Amino acid sequence: MLFLPELTILGAGLLFFLLTLGQPSSATVRTSAIIAAGAILCASLLSLSQEGELFYGVYRVDLFSQAFKTLIAAAALVVILFGNSLVGIKQDSRPEYYLFFFVSCLGLMMLVSSVELLAIFISLELSSFAVYIMVPMRQTESGVLFQMEAGIKYLLFGVMATGFMLFGMSYIFGLSGSTSLDVIARQLPSLAGKPAAVVAMLMIMAGFFYKLAIFPFHFWVPDVYEGAANETTAFIAAVPKLAAVALLVRLTALASPQGDVVINMLMICAILSMFYGNLSALVQKDIKRMLGYSGIAHAGFILLGLLTLKTSGYANSLYYITGYALMNLACFLVICQIAGTGQNVAIADFSGLHKRAPILALTLTVALFSLAGIPPFVGFTGKFMLLVGALQENHLLLVTLAAINTAIAIYYYLSVVRLAYCTDSTSQDTIETGILTNSLSLLLIMVIIVMGVSPSWFVNFAEQAIRTIP
Amino acid sequence: MDQLLLNQGFPLLSTLIFLPLAGALVMLLIRDQQFARYWTLAVTTTVALISLALPFGFDRDTAAFQFAEYHSWIDSLNIAYVLGVDGISVLLILLTTLIMPFCVLASWTYIKERVAAFMVCLLIMETAMIGVFVALDFVLFYILWEAMLIPMYLLIGIWGGPRKIYASIKFFLYTLTGSILLLVAIIWLYTANGYSFFIPDMMWKAYPFTAQILIFLAFFLAFAIKVPMFPFHTWLPAAHVEAPTAGSVILASILLKMGTYGFLRFALPITPDATTTLMPYVLWLSIAGIIYGGLTALAQQDMKKLIAYSSVGHMGFVTLGIFVLNIEGIEGAILQMINHGITTGALFLCVGMIYERTHSRELRSATGIGQHMPVFVTLLGFFSLSSLAFPGTNSFVGEFMILAGTFRHDVPLALAAIPGAILAAAYMLRMLQKIIWGGTDNPDQSWLTDLNRREIVTLAPFLFFVFWIGLGPQPFLAMMHSSVVNLLDQFHAYQQAIAAVGVY
Repeated sequence: MLFLPELTILGAGLLFFLLTLGQPSSATVRTSAIIAAGAILCASLLSLSQEGELFYGVYRVDLFSQAFKTLIAAAALVVILFGNSLVGIKQDSRPEYYLFFFVSCLGLMMLVSSVELLAIFISLELSSFAVYIMVPMRQTESGVLFQMEAGIKYLLFGVMATGFMLFGMSYIFGLSGSTSLDVIARQLPSLAGKPAAVVAMLMIMAGFFYKLAIFPFHFWVPDVYEGAANETTAFIAAVPKLAAVALLVRLTALASPQGDVVINMLMICAILSMFYGNLSALVQKDIKRMLGYSGIAHAGFILLGLLTLKTSGYANSLYYITGYALMNLACFLVICQIAGTGQNVAIADFSGLHKRAPILALTLTVALFSLAGIPPFVGFTGKFMLLVGALQENHLLLVTLAAINTAIAIYYYLSVVRLAYCTDSTSQDTIETGILTNSLSLLLIMVIIVMGVSPSWFVNFAEQAIRTIP
Repeated sequence: MDQLLLNQGFPLLSTLIFLPLAGALVMLLIRDQQFARYWTLAVTTTVALISLALPFGFDRDTAAFQFAEYHSWIDSLNIAYVLGVDGISVLLILLTTLIMPFCVLASWTYIKERVAAFMVCLLIMETAMIGVFVALDFVLFYILWEAMLIPMYLLIGIWGGPRKIYASIKFFLYTLTGSILLLVAIIWLYTANGYSFFIPDMMWKAYPFTAQILIFLAFFLAFAIKVPMFPFHTWLPAAHVEAPTAGSVILASILLKMGTYGFLRFALPITPDATTTLMPYVLWLSIAGIIYGGLTALAQQDMKKLIAYSSVGHMGFVTLGIFVLNIEGIEGAILQMINHGITTGALFLCVGMIYERTHSRELRSATGIGQHMPVFVTLLGFFSLSSLAFPGTNSFVGEFMILAGTFRHDVPLALAAIPGAILAAAYMLRMLQKIIWGGTDNPDQSWLTDLNRREIVTLAPFLFFVFWIGLGPQPFLAMMHSSVVNLLDQFHAYQQAIAAVGVY
């Protein structure tokens, strides 16, 4: 029972491995993927209240990890649902695509339960390598080949970040004599202020900064977002970031004895991420690039919660990343529907969307206003709580800069809304959306609004979950 | 919580807020255009009728917040859903609820495309606007304040004129950027106040002087852009010109009042020291706005632009009245907020009616229509006279009180404001002369039809209030008096306490 979600997802992986051996039709592949993802979500929900340890204390199952597994499973299900029949992926490698998709989810789920450095490393690599392969699997019919470039970039940067992380882990092992987070947590206070400990912690964090796309580990973002198929980008933009924040919460809790140095480093990273992301997003023409840069800025916001080094701050970060994943999924849902043949979508392609597909236009508008931080959506509430938390710790300058960034960001989100709602383009045809997509859009809109209006239950749940971390 | 008089019976204020929202939700299911119009009219009229309970139940002898409602909302941050009305806000709420049905009537034939969506935007606007005036929790206030931007942006951006995209983006960016620092100030006040967002608790606290100055500046940026005060006014003409009639009316009558309401509700009580220190600058900026608005209005060829710039001047009078910090000034300012809402709203409706006929806002193409539209120009004449503060009309009372207050505060300042009143007469009469009589080169206007019954019904109530406030303003002043007196008493008590302690 403790291992149920992972076993289910492993089973799903095996199922798709079997499917790759035959020549199943697209419909079969899609249906089995939806069923598998649904089963995984059910399994995660079933094991939500489980607690225990596995594999000699390397793997801990607690409310924190199980909650994240549920989130990951839910996000994966949404990505699969709106991915239609994977038009962006090569015809003959669609079963393989799902195989790697599930393996990557497996890695992420294991990651949030790992409480030992080597287990963390292995799970992270498991999830990353699957994605390295998913990126170049994009179909080549339309003559685009930059998915190869994107794949290589993603791989090289990823390996570099992993290198940093391993190096930091070796320092920690040298200092504390153990790879178990519990032991390290006991040892670290005695090392407080030692440069080696600070450097080691920051280097380990670097590995997750890479996943979360925080400056200066963001270089892969625009090219990979643009080069990967829309469905893949949707996955990269939402699901691994959830797991990365989960691990960062575990690690910052460890780093808290190091005090000011770590806080200052996080603060600098946060400010640079926000400014770099928002200013670069202003000039983008391709919607996926724009969302990529905006993702860098949002990652900076998430650091605002982490650097308070408090349970409430971590809970705010969790709330924000969950909201961010929802908004991003809503955006990519629209992108995937508009890109009929899996091509890239320019921002200009959104013009007159309100006529071509009213529900999609509404979804996009809600998601973008939420990303921009306009009330009453989840993006505003998340930002607001992060700012409150940071100001309680007297980071007035940081809060002011973050607020200014919100103002910068409005412009580029608004220009997409402007195209979708305020311009008419009669030339383009209406976009047919199935009832499944429509209801999924409405569900996402509902969740974005409800979470924004009443955040209490989520934050309380998140705080409760974080307290289960020793 | 002793500032609240909790409402025991029917939750009046919540009904006012949520009824339009519920109406909007119903509309999402409807695609029929004619039904959308009648439904929205019915909803806004119901809200207006319910709001009439306010003046009847309003206790004029207390400065506390009445009809108050309190529910906890987000416990972890101590955010509550607190509503309440006092003498400063009660008239503004009535203005909002009463003007909305006429906005619907004004859009009856003006809006031809996507009627249901337009009406949804109007209803959501109404929810947010009423909410802003009754919210007593700073987060609730901020949420509604910001949420208002989305429907207003859509109103301008979808149903606006030829340069709607430029105007709507400018409107959105300006107002949003202005209120970003307001958020930081709100959070600072929250931490300085034992983690409470309850607005009355934040007032009259001796915050450090530097903090007060910074908070005042954050408030000032947000509210001055909304008013708009010179030199933050540039979004206003663009937004007014491009907005559909209903959008212009909402913008002029209600949205602009939120800035001045913000000054009265937040800037004065929360940062009294900063207010005293920075008062001269704000006063002279108001004078600059009055003169600048007047001179610019004099040169306009576009009727909507002319009225937009006249708004800059009129709102300059309002901020002038607020910051002279005496009873005549502030009461005059609140009354003038209402007057401006009535008069300018009516003028925008008039321009909209011409526009529906000639499809032009140019003054030139509307010259000499007096001959063919006698009813229309009669009404326009009254509203123009009201706009230039002709004795007997509502604006005269307001401007007179503001000037009286200003004279008591500082004579040179008051003298500097006088040219504004003359300029107002000049530009309004110029417009009136051209529209009614024109010259020898009038275009052929004989095909124009005079106002129909719906349009007369739309304008008549405005005329009624022009004369009611102009001839008998006492009932209106009585409603705000206790609150204004209390505001000033508290202000002086605060100053004395500070002087006694000698903090600075």
